[in-house]
Amino acid sequence: MIRLALIMLLWAAPVWAVQPDEILDDPALEERARELSQGLRCPVCRNESIDESNADLSRDLRILLRERLVAGDTDEAAVQFIVDRYGEYVLLRPDATGANRILWASGPAMLILALLIGFLVVRGRARATPVKDLNDDEQKRLDEILRS
Amino acid sequence: MITELGHFALILAFMVAIVQMVVPMVGAAKGWRNWMGVAEPAATVQFILVGFSFAALTWAFVTSDFSLKLVYENSHSAKPMLYKISGVWGNHEGSMLLWLLILTLFGACAAWFGGNLPETLQARVLSVQSAVGVAFFAFILFTSNPFLRLGVPPFDGQDLNPLLQDPGLAFHPPFLYLGYVGLSMSFSFAVAALIEGRVDAAWGRWVRPWTLAAWLFLTVGIAMGSWWAYYELGWGGFWFWDPVENASFMPWLIATALLHSAIVVEKREALKAWTVLLAILAFAFSLLGTFIVRSGVLTSVHAFANDPERGVFILMILVVFVGGAMTLFAARASKLESTGVFAPVSRESGLVLNNILLAVAALVVFVGTIWPLVAEMLFGRALSVGPPFFNAAFSPFMVLIAMAMPIGGMLAWKRGSIVKAARPLWPAVVLAIALCSLAFALQTGRSALGPIGVLLGAWVVGGAAIDLWTRAGRGAIAHRLGRLTRLPRADWGKAMAHAGMGITIFAVSGLTAWQQEDIRVAQIGDRFEVAGFEIELRSVERIEGPNYISTRAEMLAYRNGSLIADVFPEKRFYPVAAMPTTEAGIGNGILRDIYLVIGDPQDGGGWAVRTYIKPFANWIWGGALLMALGGLISLSDRRLRVAAGAAKTKTRTTRSVPAE
Repeated sequence: MIRLALIMLLWAAPVWAVQPDEILDDPALEERARELSQGLRCPVCRNESIDESNADLSRDLRILLRERLVAGDTDEAAVQFIVDRYGEYVLLRPDATGANRILWASGPAMLILALLIGFLVVRGRARATPVKDLNDDEQKRLDEILRS
Repeated sequence: MITELGHFALILAFMVAIVQMVVPMVGAAKGWRNWMGVAEPAATVQFILVGFSFAALTWAFVTSDFSLKLVYENSHSAKPMLYKISGVWGNHEGSMLLWLLILTLFGACAAWFGGNLPETLQARVLSVQSAVGVAFFAFILFTSNPFLRLGVPPFDGQDLNPLLQDPGLAFHPPFLYLGYVGLSMSFSFAVAALIEGRVDAAWGRWVRPWTLAAWLFLTVGIAMGSWWAYYELGWGGFWFWDPVENASFMPWLIATALLHSAIVVEKREALKAWTVLLAILAFAFSLLGTFIVRSGVLTSVHAFANDPERGVFILMILVVFVGGAMTLFAARASKLESTGVFAPVSRESGLVLNNILLAVAALVVFVGTIWPLVAEMLFGRALSVGPPFFNAAFSPFMVLIAMAMPIGGMLAWKRGSIVKAARPLWPAVVLAIALCSLAFALQTGRSALGPIGVLLGAWVVGGAAIDLWTRAGRGAIAHRLGRLTRLPRADWGKAMAHAGMGITIFAVSGLTAWQQEDIRVAQIGDRFEVAGFEIELRSVERIEGPNYISTRAEMLAYRNGSLIADVFPEKRFYPVAAMPTTEAGIGNGILRDIYLVIGDPQDGGGWAVRTYIKPFANWIWGGALLMALGGLISLSDRRLRVAAGAAKTKTRTTRSVPAE
């Protein structure tokens, strides 16, 4: 959480996240812009979306994103516009293409595998014969051994 | 002089640790009692020496001894005393010393309170604990020595990072380390048990309090960090799925699983190998967290010492200990035969489900955290895995856990019936559905997240309350109330911790779904309306703090004309560190926080002002504290006090398992 600290070192005179003058007049469009900018990573910060970031570049990206939306782009087109220029690094939600399918599938796959193993173990436990306590004769014999 | 003594004490402790690692282990193998006997005094001596060393470093910070490199780099003579002290662990070297202090403290506690452990087990536990210590002593002495001097002492220091100059963050690291390092105790017990080739109910009973203690410190530490982020970072976020946050969250998830599976070992003599594996994994994730924070392999906002050499050293420690323990596990796990038998529907199976969900959830967080690294190394793709992924991939596990928790907690041991367990829970179902519909009706056209959170939260909290109530038996209400007060504390602890979990789930979804935000330019004296509240910017002034300059606003919040909050949001600037920070003005409330932030002056006059209405914000940390409190109460249960139950359990198990 030292994110601010690091950014501040780079930008001595910071501006704070979304500025009043950036906000679009159309509330529906502005809401879309906020939503989208929360999913885009600030390329020069440490782990922040452009919505939270105070970097100048993030401000430029926020304004760029709003320009695309005002120009009539769909959400996908506006995001693609930025990805085309800054690479998929800016996507905080990695898309499910290529090797990323492993990432997205890992959760459900591991859960199914674990449930399967868990089921087998539990079934094994249910069928196992309990270890019985010693019967009286054995216990007597044991006591004798211990006493001697 | 004191500094040199501290340095010397640290080196001496290193030597003692080496002795304690070797001698008792050999003694336990050969059955030499006097060799085993070395462990107890050695553990105490280690702790005293490291304690002295830590005190010496603290003294250097308190007296602002700038001839010490570490003090020069992280302190300043004008800094308030609290932060001079917390500055000791506000940096890499000092925090490693704190890490060692806690490690040796746990070792010493095992020596002081472990008198009734079987002799060989105690010797082996202390030996393994000391082996971990040796690795970290070497790490601190060879790569990050806090006692290095400067040839020419400067007049004043460079000041502590201003973000760390905060009461919430001053105590966040000690709690986190108590948690991280506490898990080393479970690890030592697991490895010692593998060497002994024996895990029984008594072992489960010894391991549980240590894990519980580590878990509750970790809970408090994580909650503190999240609370700090909420009020300090200036937009009221409380969790960012940052690699370093994940580094503390993964051990927490595994430790939670371990707590529950240790119960099965203790009560039912089952899941032994699995519990040992979890104990190893929990500490492995702790070490992994240390590696992530200190190596800088993952770009994180927290990392405070990005030094590849240190990273490699910690990676080696990780490989040696986890690799070693896993090898031992592979060789010995088959010996840890479980004797308890249970039906597919039983409390044991419920706990297996709990373990599966928690462990897989931890693995999902793990995969997401390291994926950018993997993708870049193997596939050449520079990409990010951010909150949207974790929210989508992790939340389902919490939903499943919340759904299963009340029923699992009510199932009978050995052989249960879901119908029987679920029958007393109908009031919780009714309550949950009623509150959920109410939430759905009150909100218009927003996401379903809020009502679902209400549903799950009410179900879990209601389930915990009913669980406790049914434990009070049958009969007249007065009787049951009386019995309720006499229930074992572990039952209360369980109910409170589960209820805390429900509250946190509810609060997180409520806050996420229903928070409101307003960003605008306000002139001094302006009043504006946000979500039914009227906010006034009364004044903005410049003030001077001990080591900072601040732009401080006074802002008021009204509801229906009456004043409900009068707060002073600030923007501070720390000249020595050349760094600004925000201090939000928060009007705390039970149902909502009013969160006000002052921004920059605008060209056309006026100030940028942000207003957030954050419903149920405090419930997030309230729930976490309730979980920790539940842990504490459970820890105070006399059945868990090792002395009370251990002897009895031991005789019982040796009798019923003659094969061992």
